[in-house]
Amino acid sequence: MGLDDLKRAEQVLPKKLYEKLLERLKRYNIKGKLANKVAREVIKEYERVQQTPGEAVGVVTAQSIGEPGTQMTLNVFHFAGVAEMNVTIGLPRVIEVLDARRTPSTPSMTIYLKKEYAKDEKEVRRIAAELIEVKLNDLISDTVMDLLNTRLLFTLDKGALRNYNVKPKQVEEMLKKVYKNADVKLLKDGRIRVKLKTEDVGEMYKLKSKVLDTYIKGVPGVTHVLPIRDKKEWIIKTAGTNLKKVLELPYVDPERTISNDIFEIAKVLGIEAARNAIINEVKEVLDRQGIEVDIRHLMLIADTMTFDGKIRGITRYGITSQKSSILARASFEIPLKHIFSAAVKNEVDPLQGVVENVMINQPVPVGTGIPKLIYKVKRSGDKE
Amino acid sequence: MSDVFLNGKFIGYHENGRGLAELVKERRRKGEIPYYVNVYYSEEEDTVYIFSNHGRVRRPLIVVKDGKPLLTDEMLEKLEKGEMKWSDLVRQGVIEYLDANEEENAYVALYPEDLTKEHTHLEISPMVIFGTQANMLPFAQHALSPKVLIGAKMIKQGIALYTKNFTQRMDTDSSLLHYPQKPIVQTLMYKYINYDSCPAGQNVVIAVMPFQGYNMDDAIVMNKSSTERGLFRSSYYRPYVAEELRYPGGQKDRITIPDKDVVGYRTEEEYRYLEEDGIIYPSAEVKGGDVLIGKVSPPRFLTSLDEFTAGIEANKETSEAVRFGEKGVVETVLITETEDGNKYVKVKVRDLRPPELGDKFASRHGQKGVIGMLVPQEDMPFTASGVIPDIIFNPHSIPSRMTINHLLEILAGKVGALAGRYVDGTPFAGEKEFDLRKELLKLGFRDDGLETMYNGMTGEEFKARIFVGNMYYLKLKYMVANKLHARSRGPVQLLTRQPTEGRSKEGGLRLGEMEKDCFIAHGAALALKERFDSDKVVVPVCKNCGIVAVYNRYRDIGICPICGEEAPITFVEMSYAFKLLLDELKSLCIYPKLIITPKG
Repeated sequence: MGLDDLKRAEQVLPKKLYEKLLERLKRYNIKGKLANKVAREVIKEYERVQQTPGEAVGVVTAQSIGEPGTQMTLNVFHFAGVAEMNVTIGLPRVIEVLDARRTPSTPSMTIYLKKEYAKDEKEVRRIAAELIEVKLNDLISDTVMDLLNTRLLFTLDKGALRNYNVKPKQVEEMLKKVYKNADVKLLKDGRIRVKLKTEDVGEMYKLKSKVLDTYIKGVPGVTHVLPIRDKKEWIIKTAGTNLKKVLELPYVDPERTISNDIFEIAKVLGIEAARNAIINEVKEVLDRQGIEVDIRHLMLIADTMTFDGKIRGITRYGITSQKSSILARASFEIPLKHIFSAAVKNEVDPLQGVVENVMINQPVPVGTGIPKLIYKVKRSGDKE
Repeated sequence: MSDVFLNGKFIGYHENGRGLAELVKERRRKGEIPYYVNVYYSEEEDTVYIFSNHGRVRRPLIVVKDGKPLLTDEMLEKLEKGEMKWSDLVRQGVIEYLDANEEENAYVALYPEDLTKEHTHLEISPMVIFGTQANMLPFAQHALSPKVLIGAKMIKQGIALYTKNFTQRMDTDSSLLHYPQKPIVQTLMYKYINYDSCPAGQNVVIAVMPFQGYNMDDAIVMNKSSTERGLFRSSYYRPYVAEELRYPGGQKDRITIPDKDVVGYRTEEEYRYLEEDGIIYPSAEVKGGDVLIGKVSPPRFLTSLDEFTAGIEANKETSEAVRFGEKGVVETVLITETEDGNKYVKVKVRDLRPPELGDKFASRHGQKGVIGMLVPQEDMPFTASGVIPDIIFNPHSIPSRMTINHLLEILAGKVGALAGRYVDGTPFAGEKEFDLRKELLKLGFRDDGLETMYNGMTGEEFKARIFVGNMYYLKLKYMVANKLHARSRGPVQLLTRQPTEGRSKEGGLRLGEMEKDCFIAHGAALALKERFDSDKVVVPVCKNCGIVAVYNRYRDIGICPICGEEAPITFVEMSYAFKLLLDELKSLCIYPKLIITPKG
């Protein structure tokens, strides 16, 4: 003890924690005996929060989330927000995250802006409007298909142009860019003419809907935006996500902007970010319902779902399919499939998990089931 | 032009739909059209709907003309004298039945004073909003509607003098209240359904106060001395049936005292009450397992068995015995014949059930509770005039449920008991709280029903005044004696060797999936193993092929189905359910090989 506590801390504490301790000691200018005392307390606290070997953390986590989950089932409010800007919350959202569904039922982004843009409401509203994906279909009031001359005539809607802040010239340019070998021209009467190469009528119909779907401006995928005030700054909530494109925008703060699509996060920002997203998404739902669950339970779940670099849901196709025990897998869902495939592959069940040992009525390898006696008692009749 | 529909089918047009509807009504009141015809004119659709089919809910109303009801005082007088009947009123068009559609065209006044020129009908009484059941709750207009429903539901569960020919009947699961009383606080409905001849409860003195926590969470404290004097004493009846069935091949059951050589012979003691005819005698005191009707049946597969048993008739014992855990006295023995001419015996067993800890009681207002403690009367609190309550009811049951009618009944019951009269508590029309209070004051009590009370154990005066009064309480049919169950060892299922399920089968209480998880969460691995040892087996397993083997103890050798005799075996402890799983896998042509390694 005494002066060695700081040295002991270096050995006992994780590197990051130890560095943080040194940094704090330096910041508050603590030295000598007092520093040792601080280190001793930190070690004590660090050891206190450690789990004992054999603690059934998985079951405790499942119970800690499952029990409040039963209360959430009773809560009828599964959506929040206005009309088209709904966001799934409550139990459906938790299920969605933990099952690792490919796309969330209500994809959305929370866009933070750089400091110089985030203060002015007008500016934020302008930026928000720029984000909405605009297609040709949104800008026109009428379409004429001239079968004789094989051309399409689009009448631009002036109101829509003003709303989306688009110039007719812009539309023409975008169409020219996409359909390089078609003859696109902005006519004097405000219509846009697209001359097609094909003469086949069926082909023309197909092309018409394709042209109508042409991207003009904005962020692809974003259907609605909602600027809201969050404490001191303005942030933008969106319906529809496209994290990659949004992060490229110059006025967006890339460090804080986030999507609620876990798979998108994993693709754009990596698996660690996805792990954090799982934690945050579940925690937000629980917080909204006023349910307090220790964050470490959520961390354990997120770790289990992402530790092999891929996002695996807590389903029969996800982490349960990774279990080594045949019996454990068979007892979860569709037992026949697992038993038959195990029989075909000549699998061996090592019987090291909890579920399978409950099934064969052997002590389960948690808690008091872990320590074993090595000494073998000799019975009187035994041979040497 | 209005469309006209008859029973949902289009039948034609009429130039004046409203007039047509009026005409139909007019002629129905005159009796020219049957009274069950209803007509409805929809202004938005300009359509007349006429209905004469079945399946419509209809309700009677008094017809009003020019702001005056057609029902006159003269008619009422005649009705009272019996010179006129309800059907006469309907025939004369004084009262008519409206269905849901025609009601849309009606403007109904609730009270005669409210009548104006526009009104078309007058409500007979506001209490008709409730049905027969809900009208059984006194002062129901002071209760929350869900509580009225709960109350109405529970009145049906009260143990009563449910029929007067109960000695002749063989109802399954029936109870009989020994000293039923007419309620002091009644409603009009009690008269109509002749409740006073078959009452279902007793009037008790009730004090609204906590009692040492023994009446918390809806429990009630009951005066033990009252129950010993017969309060809420009831009998529980259970009939047992046996029939001499005939089987193909001329065989039949025999009702008799079984011989000792029948398969499944019980003990001689259990047959001790049977008389020569194999049937018990009335007034025998029986307990669980005692045979009421001795019966033997022929073996089930007669022909195939005969070859092996070489003609020895192995009859089966199929007697009717008192259910496990029950007791009682044989009340009636009935011997008769079925339609097929088989001998048919019924034995009714009666059990005396004085109130005990855990029995369920309720007032008529949805305030139910179980007995939390039976207190001898010397320990019960008493009022200044020496009245000792029968039931102590916890006041915490009132505020969140808002059953004001419960409190009103206590007050009304007190007035009725003191004045020696019945109190009318008909919903919307009964006696008013103000009048009841005035009467109570006149009788020499505080008008709010509070009284000074003294602690029965110390004799000290309670600081607070206690609300005491009389009210009608019901003993509900749920009694602990029918629910109580525990087991340490007992019967197991044949297939899995796990304990049976359910009280009637003397089953075990399951440690389920979630409870198992709790053991794991606590890390209590070995305690969990012991809990699941109920189907523990030690099976010999062949070390070579890892399959369940046979151990011949006499020769001390293992016999493996694959390796044959003298196989190296070891004994493995497992649950029988797992051994069953191994067997079932084998039946699927899957070889579940157990790899045996030394323990540890």
